[in-house]
Amino acid sequence: MNINELREHLCSEYPDLCPLFSVEFGDGSLTVAAERLYSAASDMRDLGFDRLGMVTAVDRGETFELVYRVTSREMRAGIFLKAEVPREDPHIKSLCDLWPAANWHEREVYDMFGIVFDGHPDLRRILLTDDWVGYPLRKDYEDERMIRRPDYI
Amino acid sequence: MTEELVVNIGPSHPSTHGVCRMVTTLDGEIVRHVEVVIGHLHRGIEKMAENRTYLQVVPLTDRLDYVGSMYANWAYCRAVERLAGIRVPERAEYLRVIVCELQRIASHMMSVGPAGADVGATTAFMYTFAQREQVVDLFEQLCGARLTYNYVRPGGVSMDVPEGWVDNVRAFCRSHPSAMAEVDRFLFGNVIARQRMKGIGVLAPEDAVAWGASGPVARGSGVSWDLRRDDSYSVYPRLDFDIPLGSNGDCYDRARVRLWEAIESCRIIEQALDQIEPGPVMAEAVPRLITPRPGEAYDHIEGARGSLGVYLVSDGTPRPYRMKVRSPAFCNLALVPMLAEGHTLSDLVVILGSLDPVFGEVDR
Amino acid sequence: MALIDDLGKALDSSPGGSVILTSVDAIMDWSRGKSLWTMPMGTACCAMELIAASFSKFDFDRHGTIPRADPRHTDVMVVAGTITYKMAPAVQRLYDQMPDPKWVIAMGNCAVSGGIFYYDTYSVVRGVDEFLPVDVYIAGCPPRPEALQDAIFQLRKKVDSESVAPGRVRDVEYVLPLPGDPRAGDRIQALRDGGGRK
Ligand code: SF4
Repeated sequence: MNINELREHLCSEYPDLCPLFSVEFGDGSLTVAAERLYSAASDMRDLGFDRLGMVTAVDRGETFELVYRVTSREMRAGIFLKAEVPREDPHIKSLCDLWPAANWHEREVYDMFGIVFDGHPDLRRILLTDDWVGYPLRKDYEDERMIRRPDYI
Repeated sequence: MTEELVVNIGPSHPSTHGVCRMVTTLDGEIVRHVEVVIGHLHRGIEKMAENRTYLQVVPLTDRLDYVGSMYANWAYCRAVERLAGIRVPERAEYLRVIVCELQRIASHMMSVGPAGADVGATTAFMYTFAQREQVVDLFEQLCGARLTYNYVRPGGVSMDVPEGWVDNVRAFCRSHPSAMAEVDRFLFGNVIARQRMKGIGVLAPEDAVAWGASGPVARGSGVSWDLRRDDSYSVYPRLDFDIPLGSNGDCYDRARVRLWEAIESCRIIEQALDQIEPGPVMAEAVPRLITPRPGEAYDHIEGARGSLGVYLVSDGTPRPYRMKVRSPAFCNLALVPMLAEGHTLSDLVVILGSLDPVFGEVDR
Repeated sequence: MALIDDLGKALDSSPGGSVILTSVDAIMDWSRGKSLWTMPMGTACCAMELIAASFSKFDFDRHGTIPRADPRHTDVMVVAGTITYKMAPAVQRLYDQMPDPKWVIAMGNCAVSGGIFYYDTYSVVRGVDEFLPVDVYIAGCPPRPEALQDAIFQLRKKVDSESVAPGRVRDVEYVLPLPGDPRAGDRIQALRDGGGRK
């Protein structure tokens, strides 16, 4: 299913989500408010997006942008779900009860960005040691063990 | 019910296929619960990429999945090409398909053999490793490296094939299926190996989908999902190949699917070698300092372990603002606690091996 | 070099005799150097080359370097791959479990200095020599299996200079350069020219 068919399908099923849909570099994405993410995700699951491919985040300065990729085997397509959470005290509802796959992905985002997933069954650090201080993929992360590479380009 | 016993396996243990720690709770010999502790090889590649130019990230992607380096190269380059709008010449696309299918053989050999070694059939590892060495030799002729190739670059591939290479590849593709048939006979036909692998770690197709499993792990459960066919990229639409599927979703099927995929790859390579035509192998005027416009792009390919995706965010500077690798082994490894429950401790090793984790990619 | 290396020849020329007199140091170093069992501490990409080294094409077992997974059976720890701060305590612990005398080979740039992961990363230990005493370094990313072979020969030289008496170092000179030693090229040439050590 190409991206235009996908948009039509989405708009006919969920007209209220339609204005939030945008296309960039050939990939569709649905940008919703953080409170609505869970309901949008469960709508997408009902629409046929049965796999959660990845969960990640991007440091956008004042906010963190959460990026979820959901794919559908039936439609042979995938889209992004995006939501922004504030940098101070970031919270979002966990998707673990929609897709069990979210478990490790959300732990990784918590580990790297410090975003708290409410309702996650086991939110601990996954890649770094439990006593690690700070969240490394934030742009302002400081660590005296990290040597910045000199600028040659 | 005996008293519960907690046994720690790893992070350095010969059967964990890398640096993985498993904290198992045992009831006698039966595994009640496994906690998988990963991150012992977390090298911060995603953070490093933020301070490298787009071209300098390519060697880093080699080190992600070190059993199948070409895949991460390719997935990353596709994301960069999408972001910067680079068109890849046809010969380069064919070469990419050829090297990646060779890489699939090399990578699956590193999984089928140890699957045998895990159940005590060490001979199979010797046979499959000999096949892998042949592929590695072909790569060495092609780009000079045995493991970290840095061959696929944004815009094409780094160099054309050397003289005589095509003939060597053809010779390998002729001999490989019969070698695989032999391994199939004495490993998968062996009654002990069958008993150790059949019915162990059964993964239901619904679970495979819900947990985001991909690649041979999902296909072993009968989930017919292969990006080469279902989200066809590069020149795969022009090639004719089958996708082997398992039916039971146990360790036996997962390992056997890999063996058949390795044979199927030979067919793909032969067709690609027939269709390939002379031409440039690098797009024209790809700048040293690729500076895409701001935006974000995602691209994925079917790696040896499943769908390997790269998500790139550009802010209009010569360096990626954020790179995220969607690693298939990471998702597949999350299945271990579910699969191992109720099996014996010795089966835990077989189950872990059948998921074929590569920790460079799991931990990144 | 110890006479024991040329045992066959020596026995041949001593009529009827099969008693060899040698020093304790010589026999001990000879036997140690010829059976350096390795603890393959493979963590990352270099581990693939470490595995390749013991398989059929390269087959290092013929040099007596048999990989054993149990640290208590081994003499040499081959650290092949990146060591992270999370992994380092485990490596240290395995090293502590190895019986004396023990040696360490750092295989690959990551184990030597952090290699490609030197800059910009927060979790990589910059070289295993930050917490272990390393005897032989092998550069390369990854080094070829032949380089590991060379490292074993270099280590053998080091083993040969050890003595049972603590604090004493044996002065060993090699009649022949070891095979695969590129630094000994002129020595071989000298031998060919009829020179060499008398
Ligand atoms: S030296 Fe290179 S090949 Fe070896 S572990 Fe480090 S990155 Fe991998």
